[in-house]
Amino acid sequence: MTFKLPAIDYLALAPMLVLFGAACAGVLVDALVPREWRYHVQVPLSLVALLASGGFVVALANRKEHVVTAGSAVVIDGPGLFLQGSIVVLGIVALFLVAERRLEPGGAFVAQAAVVAGSEADRKQMRKPGVTEVYPMMLFALAGMMLFCSANDLLTMFVALEVFSLPLYLLCALARRRRLLSQEAAVKYFLLGAFASAFFLYGVAMIYGYAGKVDFRGINEAVLGSSNSKTLLLIGLAMLAIGLLFKVAAVPFHVWTPDVYQGAPTPITAFMAACTKVAAFGGLLRVLYVAFERSSWDFRPTLGVIAAATMIVGAVLAVTQTDIKRLLAYSSVANAGYLLTGTLSMNRDGLKYTMFYLVAYGFTVLAAFAIVMLVRDSDGEATHLARWAGLGRRSPVFASLFTFLMLAFAGIPLTSGFTAKFGVFAAAVGGNMTWLVIIGVLSSMILAFPYLRVVVLMWLSVPGDDTPTVSVPGAFTAAALFVGVAMTLVLGVAPNQALELVNDAGAFLR
Amino acid sequence: MIMIALLVVSALGALAAFLPAQFARFVSTGLAALAFGLSLAMYATGAGFWHEYDKPWVPGLNLRFHLGVDGISWPLIVLTTLLTLLCCGYSLWKTPDSRLIGLLLAMQTGIVGAFLALDLVLFFVFFEVILLPMYAVIAGWGGPAKRAAARKFVLYTLFGSMLLLLGVYLVVDQTGSADLAAPKGTATMAAFVFLALGFAVKAPLWPLHTWLPDAHSEAPTVGSVMLAGVLLKLGTYGLIRVAIPVAPEAAAKAAPVLGGLAVAAILIGGLVCLAQTELKRLIAYSSVGHMGFVLLGIATMSATGLQAALIGNLAHGLITGLLFFLVGAIKDRTHTGELSQLGGLRDSSPWLAGILGFAALASLGLPGLAGFWGEAFAVIAAAQRGWWLGAALAAVGGALAAAYLLRMLRKVTHGSSPPRLTGPAGYELAAWVPLAVLTIAVGLAPLLITDVTGPAVDALVEAIQR
Repeated sequence: MTFKLPAIDYLALAPMLVLFGAACAGVLVDALVPREWRYHVQVPLSLVALLASGGFVVALANRKEHVVTAGSAVVIDGPGLFLQGSIVVLGIVALFLVAERRLEPGGAFVAQAAVVAGSEADRKQMRKPGVTEVYPMMLFALAGMMLFCSANDLLTMFVALEVFSLPLYLLCALARRRRLLSQEAAVKYFLLGAFASAFFLYGVAMIYGYAGKVDFRGINEAVLGSSNSKTLLLIGLAMLAIGLLFKVAAVPFHVWTPDVYQGAPTPITAFMAACTKVAAFGGLLRVLYVAFERSSWDFRPTLGVIAAATMIVGAVLAVTQTDIKRLLAYSSVANAGYLLTGTLSMNRDGLKYTMFYLVAYGFTVLAAFAIVMLVRDSDGEATHLARWAGLGRRSPVFASLFTFLMLAFAGIPLTSGFTAKFGVFAAAVGGNMTWLVIIGVLSSMILAFPYLRVVVLMWLSVPGDDTPTVSVPGAFTAAALFVGVAMTLVLGVAPNQALELVNDAGAFLR
Repeated sequence: MIMIALLVVSALGALAAFLPAQFARFVSTGLAALAFGLSLAMYATGAGFWHEYDKPWVPGLNLRFHLGVDGISWPLIVLTTLLTLLCCGYSLWKTPDSRLIGLLLAMQTGIVGAFLALDLVLFFVFFEVILLPMYAVIAGWGGPAKRAAARKFVLYTLFGSMLLLLGVYLVVDQTGSADLAAPKGTATMAAFVFLALGFAVKAPLWPLHTWLPDAHSEAPTVGSVMLAGVLLKLGTYGLIRVAIPVAPEAAAKAAPVLGGLAVAAILIGGLVCLAQTELKRLIAYSSVGHMGFVLLGIATMSATGLQAALIGNLAHGLITGLLFFLVGAIKDRTHTGELSQLGGLRDSSPWLAGILGFAALASLGLPGLAGFWGEAFAVIAAAQRGWWLGAALAAVGGALAAAYLLRMLRKVTHGSSPPRLTGPAGYELAAWVPLAVLTIAVGLAPLLITDVTGPAVDALVEAIQR
């Protein structure tokens, strides 16, 4: 028996190949280049790789030719390219945050996280230039995310899921400050993530049992015409959904989110909040829209309940938080609910506006975490909300920017948050999910409250003795902050270009 | 173009707050005066829109930058710019803080925008823009319990906006258009209910009014003036411009309920006022009653009722604005608003007592002053509609207004005479006199208003009865 290699369209895969290649090169750099030089090689290398990858995405988008390649394992279509492009752009901004070294000597990461803080060994490693393995890991994660959004069968999707999850588990554990918290977060994320992956894989097996195929087109045909028992399909779909809903942090699979968001180094938290969300929803959209569209009667009520629970639980728990990173974590949970609302519209608008929402939310959340990175004292970031009291008087510029970002999260008009929410809710009304929109609208009212509380705290409280200062950002953080805020404004005031982009992306290729 | 100029001038006034503090507030106030001039210059006559501007903004979201002004919106726009200008002038001397003046102009931008908007989504955008400046005014310059009051205000009104947003979604989904210039009028009851609830919170209609007294009693004087003078009008204007035209059939069915609630608001507002012990809360609750008359007029959906509502809106803006300025002046001098601690104003400051008496008489609807026409014709419209009981009860509510306002006057102006208070300062007179003069003018010649609003109201009634 001979195996024939499938034909591969290398150009179509180029955005991912570039990143995988650069990630491997990054590993070699860490092995071969002298320690002092690594940072100065890794950062440009990653940046160039991401720019090149973005260039290929644009070139492919202009080609307007949608292909299924690598033996139908990967599909390059409009929405897939849009999602890939978003991941690259958000990834670049996240890279800026990761590369920031001015706030703390050596950056936010530590090489040997297991060393006890303050010990002799720790002082020794403090003298060395900081860890640089984070850059190849980030590139691996980004490439995995891109593959996840354009996988054409469940197995490729699973591989991609693991490729982007494993580096994230590691990245979570590398915080220089509050190491135990960071490692605890990583262990939690890893264990729960492993369970979720197992569920996903089990679901793949069930679906294979039902459809006899794992590629999306085949599943779609089977859903349409198979005479097999529907039980297998439903069990399989439920298992797949659990795996995916874990990644998007939907209730009740969200419990890891606050701990991981709080424990992980802030640049990584930002990276997860922006890029992982895009990837996870990209995958979810593709699975639901391409493979299981015909059984939407089966999953819409259940997923609708999950979306409603996600919005309500996220919003209500956000109200009670006292730590800014946990607050943003619960807000990210609630936002997953809005995104699910858009996803469940199951129409063209739903796809469009969910993708728009992902990008809008990504930029805002990156900028918000950039500011969290800047508010610090001698112990590192001051994330407790009580410490933010009176920040408006200490540094009005950053407090204004953060206020603007909070308003965007709250969905006030003229920010990207309003445009995005308006879009997904309108799509859901069009998709006969009005009950979900009612819950969404009410929950976003609840959710506005914690954001306003932060704003009030910053502006109306008197600064105490322990109100931290806002550090002067380095060029990287400043750039990330600028891009994030500017995009939040642009997507709020003049979102036409971006809406045209998602519109032109068209539908998924089946 | 003049409409855009008005919005731009208002927005620039808000941004001017970032200029160096010495002259920022003068620049802002100057721009407020310019905005007032522009709003006057928009005047024209006839039915239909006097000025219109229509450009797509975000086609993907059905959002058009569609502005227009007609007889229904113009008086309210002028009222807004006038009150903003008076508040700015007042703040210039009273609380010389450029941030406060900037926030007032930011609010004006939103309010005028909402009055101008002829696109439902655009209307909502402007409607939301108002929320935060008002929140900041209450939370930043308010009384001792300002935080709680500001929070209550923001939660309630956000709740209202969210209901409104749901209504917007449903209207756009059901009629496929967000146009308010020529609405299709095919939206269903569900859409109407959401829209009406959203506006009812803003107006506020009993029983959704409980945020109002807290917000008023804690807000600074200018905040109260803006809140009572123009912000509440957005609710009633929204009903006239948005909710009824997009869903006339549903509105006709819901009209008796709306009318019933309006009558309840009139009576309950009046009774609650009789039991108030604090001056600002009393005026705030009186707003609930007065807005009840306006809503009653709207609920009749007849030309008479809508005319009454529009003139009542305007009169309430003038009179309550004046009342809040006066109460602010009293509280500044005596440092209390408790009726039990006030008294003898007649002796200690005859000037203030006189103008307060005038404003109270205007507020209770004395014929010859602005408050009379709106309330009298709302009752007449209700009777014409056949709601005899409602009309009779509303008339009783009018008598209640006389009772509580006279009680207030007795408590404040009569009684033991405390030491003399300082006379009115120039900046206070500058804020009071225009309002008092307009109150008399509208009271003596209501045709000033009805001639402006008449053609537009007739066109509206014709459209919704079609």
